[in-house]
Amino acid sequence: MNSAPASDPRQAGPLVLGIESSCDETGVGIVRGTTLLSNTVSSSMDEHVRFGGVIPEIASRAHLDAFVPTLQESLRTAGVTLEDVDAIAVTSGPGLAGALMVGVCAAKALALASGKPLYAINHLVAHVGVGLLDMPENRLPEKRLPENRLPENLGALLVSGGHTEILRIRSITDDVELLGSTIDDAAGEAYDKVARLLGLGYPGGPAIDKIARTGNPKAIRFPRGLSQPKYMGTAEEPGPHRYDWSFSGLKTAVARCVEQFEARGEEVPVADIAAAFQEAVVDIITSKAVLACRENGITELLLGGGVAANSRLRELTGQRCRSAGITLHVPPLQLCTDNGAMVAALGAQLVMAGIAPSGVAFAPDSSLPVTTVSV
Amino acid sequence: MLILAIDTSAVASAALISDDAMEGVVDSFATEDTRSHAEVLVPGIEQLLAGAGVSGADIDLIVTGVGPGPFTGLRSGIATARTLAFAWNKPLYGLMSLDAIALEVAESTGAPAEFLVATDARRKEVYWARYTLLDGQLPELADGPHVGFASELPDLPVYGAGAGIYADVVKADEDFQDTQPSAASLGQFALALLSAGRELPDSTPLYLRESDAQVPGPRKRAL
Ligand SMILES: [Zn+2]
Repeated sequence: MNSAPASDPRQAGPLVLGIESSCDETGVGIVRGTTLLSNTVSSSMDEHVRFGGVIPEIASRAHLDAFVPTLQESLRTAGVTLEDVDAIAVTSGPGLAGALMVGVCAAKALALASGKPLYAINHLVAHVGVGLLDMPENRLPEKRLPENRLPENLGALLVSGGHTEILRIRSITDDVELLGSTIDDAAGEAYDKVARLLGLGYPGGPAIDKIARTGNPKAIRFPRGLSQPKYMGTAEEPGPHRYDWSFSGLKTAVARCVEQFEARGEEVPVADIAAAFQEAVVDIITSKAVLACRENGITELLLGGGVAANSRLRELTGQRCRSAGITLHVPPLQLCTDNGAMVAALGAQLVMAGIAPSGVAFAPDSSLPVTTVSV
Repeated sequence: MLILAIDTSAVASAALISDDAMEGVVDSFATEDTRSHAEVLVPGIEQLLAGAGVSGADIDLIVTGVGPGPFTGLRSGIATARTLAFAWNKPLYGLMSLDAIALEVAESTGAPAEFLVATDARRKEVYWARYTLLDGQLPELADGPHVGFASELPDLPVYGAGAGIYADVVKADEDFQDTQPSAASLGQFALALLSAGRELPDSTPLYLRESDAQVPGPRKRAL
């Protein structure tokens, strides 16, 4: 055990248990203040492979069976009991309705049985909350201390199978603004669909990332969605989708490209198409994110979501942030994908800020807006 | 013996069952609608406990309905029951939800020796099971549960809300045409089974249907 002086604020704080079930990961994490104690995740990803995407009903069934064992393991790892816990936090949205329902019902039951306050929180903001945990890879807490405040001008770029958003965080407990988001598929979904087109299997992100390294990203030029002037406008007069993304046109372009090779009887250059597709996704994500940062005075950017694992996304985001004078923060990967620790981390911030708990009568909301940090 | 019973296979309901109470039921609640389980269930259980002046420590075991029923609602009750059982460290059992209606039929006057129980399975189908009844005994499950079209049920009197919806094609019992599975009856059934020395099953849900997901076929090549 690392023993820190008792006066170190990082060693204090409320003991919070966080529950996550918005997609295909059942997660239970425990934090004390900003210290991570456990992060147990059970994934049903293997059960979705043959379908080439997350099947909500299969995910929900898996959550029901995984919840209690995951909870048990998380408590054991953290070395705490339910009685020790000061508060419980649960993802109440956004996410898959049936999947959210399992975590929310379990969290309410846990709150009832233990008599602990319950916080219903926003999944997207929790992706940011995880960046506030004290660990070597997370540089935000360093900047936050000693006044326990976040850097001013903080933004977050969230990219996963379920979401693609750029946020501005003025206060993690009560002032989060959505600057832009995908208007159709999430980036991760586009990866899954294109991987299927190219016969690369599921999940598409790692498969495409791997083969793209052997391909030429300039071999083909795929369209960058919502990049035309009519959508972008200018900084003074922004168009309707200046910071938004669209990936459905890109997916169609890849399908057409594959068909053309086949129609000509030529071998499909899978590695080149994968590399060119990945370049199109990563280019448009990072250019719009950096644009949003520059035009909104954001100087610290946190990268979150499962697609943060993508090597090219990390590389290009890093490059473009550096040349724009933006400091990029990437939490450790197991905290970028969906997990319970991020829910606990945000829950602890809410407790420390003195925000009132949610009670047990709220309903999960599959389209909870990002402006609602807690219900 | 104090039992906490929960069923969300159709409406959301919970009950405290005790062999010391009149008719076995200390107190119970049930919603009318079939879509607000996640909101109302835990607040309802909280009130039940407060009203009866009991805490988790006073409960001897938990019984949950395991369906069949619409999936998302059904899971609300099972997730709640499993978590309470874990947190309170109490044994948990599961009973087939249609048993709740079967017990009410058995306790009504003029109950036939053989009958069906049916609830709404949506998509023009019902969840159903066949029961047999000997005088003064608990109803025995003879067949089911199944999911299928009301028009294809065996030719027997049908009890429960599933019969009410399809009264034009089944022999629906009028007194039971709105009856949904309730935690109160389910808990009474559990108490009766335990008193008779019978073992209760676990809380594995009875979905009866697979998820709708289709495994995608091979992509057609353009040629
Ligand atoms: Zn996520």
